[in-house]
This record gives sequence, structure tokens and C-alpha cells, in this order.
Amino acid sequence: MGFMDKFKNRFKQDENAEEVSTKYKEGMKKSRQTFSGKINDLIARYRKVDEDFFEELEEVLISADVGVTTVMDLVEELKMEVKRQNIKDTKDIKEVISEKLVEIYYGDDDEKIEGLKLDKEDLSVILVVGVNGAGKTTSIGKLANQLKSQGKKVVLAAGDTFRAGAIEQLEVWGERAGVDVIKQGAGSDPAAVIFDGIKSAKAKNADVLICDTAGRLQNKVNLMNELSKVKRVIEREVPNAPHEVLLVLDATTGQNALNQAKTFSEATNVSGIVLTKLDGTAKGGIVLAIRKELNIPVKYVGLGEKIDDLQEFNAHAFVYGLFADMLEETE
Amino acid sequence: MAFEGLADRLQSTIKKITGKGKVSEQDVKEMTREVRLALLEADVNFKVVKDLIKRIKERAIGQEVMESLTPGQQVIKVVKEELTELMGGENSKIAVADRAPTVVMMVGLQGAGKTTTTGKLANLLRKKHNRSPLLVACDVYRPAAIKQLETLGEQLTMPVFSMGTEANPVDIATKAIEKAREEHHDYVIIDTAGRLHVDNELMDELQEIKANVKPDEIFLVVDSMTGQDAVNVAESFNEQLDLSGVVLTKLDGDTRGGAALSIKAVTDKPIKFAGMGEKLDQLEAFHPERMASRILGMGDVLSLIEKAQTNVDEKQAKELEEKMRTMSFTFDDFLEQMGQVKNMGPLDDLMAMIPGASKMKGLKNAQLDEKQLSHVEAIIQSMTKKERQDPSLMNASRKKRIAKGSGTSVSQVNRLLKQFDEMKKMMKQMTNMQKGKKGKGMKFPFM
Repeated sequence: MGFMDKFKNRFKQDENAEEVSTKYKEGMKKSRQTFSGKINDLIARYRKVDEDFFEELEEVLISADVGVTTVMDLVEELKMEVKRQNIKDTKDIKEVISEKLVEIYYGDDDEKIEGLKLDKEDLSVILVVGVNGAGKTTSIGKLANQLKSQGKKVVLAAGDTFRAGAIEQLEVWGERAGVDVIKQGAGSDPAAVIFDGIKSAKAKNADVLICDTAGRLQNKVNLMNELSKVKRVIEREVPNAPHEVLLVLDATTGQNALNQAKTFSEATNVSGIVLTKLDGTAKGGIVLAIRKELNIPVKYVGLGEKIDDLQEFNAHAFVYGLFADMLEETE
Repeated sequence: MAFEGLADRLQSTIKKITGKGKVSEQDVKEMTREVRLALLEADVNFKVVKDLIKRIKERAIGQEVMESLTPGQQVIKVVKEELTELMGGENSKIAVADRAPTVVMMVGLQGAGKTTTTGKLANLLRKKHNRSPLLVACDVYRPAAIKQLETLGEQLTMPVFSMGTEANPVDIATKAIEKAREEHHDYVIIDTAGRLHVDNELMDELQEIKANVKPDEIFLVVDSMTGQDAVNVAESFNEQLDLSGVVLTKLDGDTRGGAALSIKAVTDKPIKFAGMGEKLDQLEAFHPERMASRILGMGDVLSLIEKAQTNVDEKQAKELEEKMRTMSFTFDDFLEQMGQVKNMGPLDDLMAMIPGASKMKGLKNAQLDEKQLSHVEAIIQSMTKKERQDPSLMNASRKKRIAKGSGTSVSQVNRLLKQFDEMKKMMKQMTNMQKGKKGKGMKFPFM
């Protein structure tokens, strides 16, 4: 059984694989068409595996925002592999490329799909952070809806007291998902809002409290300190909290996403990534580099604007989404 | 993981070249490879990089670089020139319609910063151009987007036109123009909903708004952190709407902003403004040249190089080197050197241009007093020709005369003589050290 078949079978054994795969395939249609289309095109044009081939392969990977360092390492490994297996025909390198890419996604623990780590008995707190315009509030709305449909009692805390209309935006999402939103006026101290949120969530016996925060660029030291303070308040009020610190990352972001992941991690110890806006042509390849260099897993992906367009990240499905064309071709 | 500037990247290659009499084609190839990586790391689209590298290579293999004394710096200069040319000149004009109101339409992806930029632009129009804009809330999709614009309107005490979330954006825009006419607003800024460039339905909606309100400006608002996809986004928006300009947001972050270059390259539309902060007055004219430096990650060292190049005569520098080596450096030469350094501009500015200089403790506290320099000048000018050639002639009465002539004190004259002596000793050491490796990367005449 070839690698592709193994990969495919493994994926197809997943629960709800059919449904998840359709969502990903639909959502990532644009990403996939360009990405694997390019690889296929590349393989068709180059019959021989040579320097020019590798140079173009580099470009294809870079065009997916995979990141220069990661790409260089990957291509280096590929070259070694090609030498080792004595591959001359580009057709035969296809599998090796996929294999290597998949390896980065999976890392060492390849079978593990990392969902949210929530407290089953007590209140769980999720802190949501990110730069301006990444999609924090929207992702919170979708996440609240999802958790609620799983039978959890969810409360939202409107910690973005800075941006105009942010509180109202979260309130609309609260209504849509049918969950309570704890808020104070615009301009109030975000840590105080979160504190209120925790008190209220405890009083309501809620299962999950999701804390929104104002978007901030990671090089603004004061704003990052403010975020650390918010986290300290959560730590103090709820044991073992925050259970998750989710960094919301726009899939169209380039190399700066690495800086974001690094700096937000330093301030709040990020436990997972929500990759938004993956339904465009952007591929979000930078999550490869983030996973590789900082070992932060992707937990959710945003594949559309509807309330149920947030999918739990499934590494198999994500890779399948990227390579679906290639996989189907080998059938 | 940290980004390396182009200069750092080129360091190792330059080291290899120093000591060689001539730069080979292979050296140039290595250097252009580093340039390529630096640009890609800055998120410049790979196709744009490819074209650029081709041109840079041509110029580099030509006389310009290979025959230069400082090939590394020359490569950087060529790259900077190419980037600057591609970025185009500064252009932060906003159209004025023959018949008021002038209509400006803001478009872009979700989360790029359209609504905030709409508020900032209105503020700029009022403050700098003395205009009275009407803001129009056409984003009926994103929850509370209208509320966001209304809040900004309140903060600016500026009217916002909205018709709720049930209305059709095309109707809202059309009615807003009527209203602006009635109320004598000379500008109408239409905030549209964020949308993916591949969302045909919503792109059609924009085209419809455009057909109905005939905007004088259509600005694409782009997040400066955008990666390789910036090209696709800008291309489709431009194809479908024929943009008139671009606004780059979140430039106060630490992104290198290569997207700017990509967008300019594929659309050939000017980047007019840059969002530089969260406050409503933080929208600035876009400076293409500064952006070029930023993309290369090299601070303003380029301006420094340029200054050095325009102000330091290569021939003079060589003569000086010769004098240093033969220890025939005189006060006359010293004076000349000082003149050249002074030509380059205020010393503090020069120091600020050197990357990392602000972090070096010694330099930070160094007294860069321009007055002291003019004292030194006066002292030397009060010397006779002979004294300048041969400081050993100095005695108490000569010193007294010089101090009197220059309006300084004998102790100041003594200090200068001592410093000059030390400098000569240092030069001797330096030239001895340099004998091994000739032609250092860049020679500062005053070192």
C-alpha cells in the first residue's frame, strides 16, 4: 500500500470523516486549487528532478506562506531523500513531497487531534487574543455556538472595551448563539470586565467562560502588559485557568504571524491557534512554521462567515484539503 | 527566527569578497540569492521578487557592482534603487470632484481596517483640507459594524448616514449621496463590508455600488501584515473595481510589509496613506522610500551610505589612506576630514542612522557637540601653515597665540594637540592591522 493510500485510509477512518472532509474541501477549495494545482503543474513541466525543479518547488511552497526558513529546511530534506532513494523522475517525488509536508503538520504525535482542554466538572475559562482585525469576536461567537450545541452553558465576557462597536458586536453574537454576555461600558478596564465575567459565570454555574480582548499589535508593550494582567486576574480567580489561551490568526497573514505567535505566547502562554478566513485563496501555510518552531497547535479553522463555519482543526483533514486533488488523482 | 535585514544577510558574502581584487559572477549570484531570501522573508510576493532579482542581477553583473570598491554596499544600493523605483513616488492626494460631493469608496477584506480608516480619512479631510465629510455605513453584514462607524462619528462629531442592517447597501450609498447634496457635504466616504475577493456575489454588490454612485476614489484597504496572498487580493479588487489607490493599515506593527511592494507591482496604483496607530489622527501620507528600507530591514543606513557617497570624494579618501599609512597626516588633512563629515549633516542624525548605535552604551553618552567641533576648527585655523604641517613646533607662546586667535584657552589647545597625537598613533595601529586585509567594506574618512 502506497503512502497516499495509507494516508487516505487513515483519514477515512475518522469519525464523521465524510462530513468534515466535505466542509474542508468546500472551504479550502480556493486554497487547494492554487496550491496542489501548482505542484501538479510543476511536476508536469519538469520531468527531471534538478536544481531548477527545486527552485520552483521552493516558490510554490513560499507562495503558500509556509515561510522561507521552513521551506529551505524542507527542500534540503527533500534533496537528501531524492539522493537516498535515487529518484530521477518528478512523478516519483510527489509522494515524498506530501510525506514531508504531512510530517511537519503532524510532528511526532501524528495521530493526536488536539481539541480544547476543558475542565469537565468546573468552570473553564478560554482567553482569546490576537492582533486587530484577525477575527477574535467572530470566532468567539462561532465557538460559543458550538460549545452550546454540545450542551455546555457558555458565558461571554466583552473584554474589548477599546474598539468602537466591539461590545455591541459581541452582544449580537451572544444573541445569535443564545448565550449571556457580561459587559461594562466602553473604555472601562478590561481586567475588571473579565473579573466580572468570572464572578457571573460562577454564579450562573456556567461550564465555559470565553473572554474577548481588544486586538493589539504585538509590538505595543503596554498593551501586551495589559493582556498579561488580564491573564493574571483569570489565574487568580479560577484554579488551573485559563484552560485555553487561543491566538486568533488571519490566514492571509505572512511571516509576521510567527512574531505574533511568539510575542503573544510570551505574554499569555498561548495554547492553541484559531486560523481564520481560510475560505479565501490564502493558505495559512505559516501555521506550519509556527507549529515547527513554537510547537503551538492549530485548534480551530474558520471556513466561512456563517455561525457554524468554525471547524475543529483536524490535521488529517487540513492536509487532505490541501492535497485532495493529488490524492484523488492517484486513485 | 528573527528577521535578518539585508545588510546582515549580505555580511558573510561580503566577508568572502573582501580581500579579493575582483568580484566574480559567482559572488554576485550568491549576493542576489541573499537578496531574494531577504525579500521573501519580508513577504514580498515571489513573482515580484523574481522580476526584481532579474533586474538586480543584470545591473550587478554590469560594471556598477563588480568594479566598485565596495561591492556589498553597491548591491544594497542597487536593490534599494530598484525597490524605490517600483514603489513609485509619494502621492497622498485625494481627488476633488468637479461637482460636490466627492465620493470615496473604501473596500477590502474582512479585518483589514476599513471602518477605522474611514474615520481616520474623514478626520484628515476635515483637519488638513478643511472639508466636511459625510460617513456612510454600508456594512450591513458584520454585526455592529454600523454601530462602530456611528461611534467613530460621535468621537469625531461628524454625521454618519445609515439605514440599518435590513437595507440594501446599493440603496444606502445612493441615498447618502442625495443627503450629502442636501446638507452640503463636500465629501462622502462609503464604508463597505469586508469581503473575500473570491466572493462573486459580494464583489458584484461593490460593482453595483460603484455604478450607482460613480466614486471619484476607490481605496483598497490592506493589512500591511498580509503575506503572499496580497497579490491575489489586490489583483482581483483592481480588476473588478479599477482602484484609484491603496491604504496600508497597521504599519505601526513590526511587520516588514513586503505586501506593499507586491500590491504596487501588480496594480500599479499608488499607496496613498498608511495607518500608523489606533487613534483617529494616525493616518499619514505613505512614504515609498522609507517603505523600501523597511522591507529590506535596514533602518536608515542607506541614507547614511548615500550621504557618505555624495560627500566623500573617492580620490580624496584614497589620498588620505596613503597619508595615514605614511604618517604624514597633518592638521590640514584633519580640517578637511572634519569638513567632509560636517557636510553629511548633523552628527546626532548620522549616529541615529547607524543601526544599533542607539543601543551602544558608550555612543549613547558620547558628547556629540557641534560646538566643540567648531572650536577645534577655530584652533586649527589659528595655526600657521608651518604649525599645521608640523605640530612639534608648538611651544608655550605659540599656544598662547593660537588660544587667543581662536577665542579658546591654552588648555583647549593642549587637549587638541594631545588628541591629534593619539589619533595619529591609532591610525598607525589601524593601518598596520589593515595590511593583512585590504579594502574594508566601507571607509569612513574620520576613522
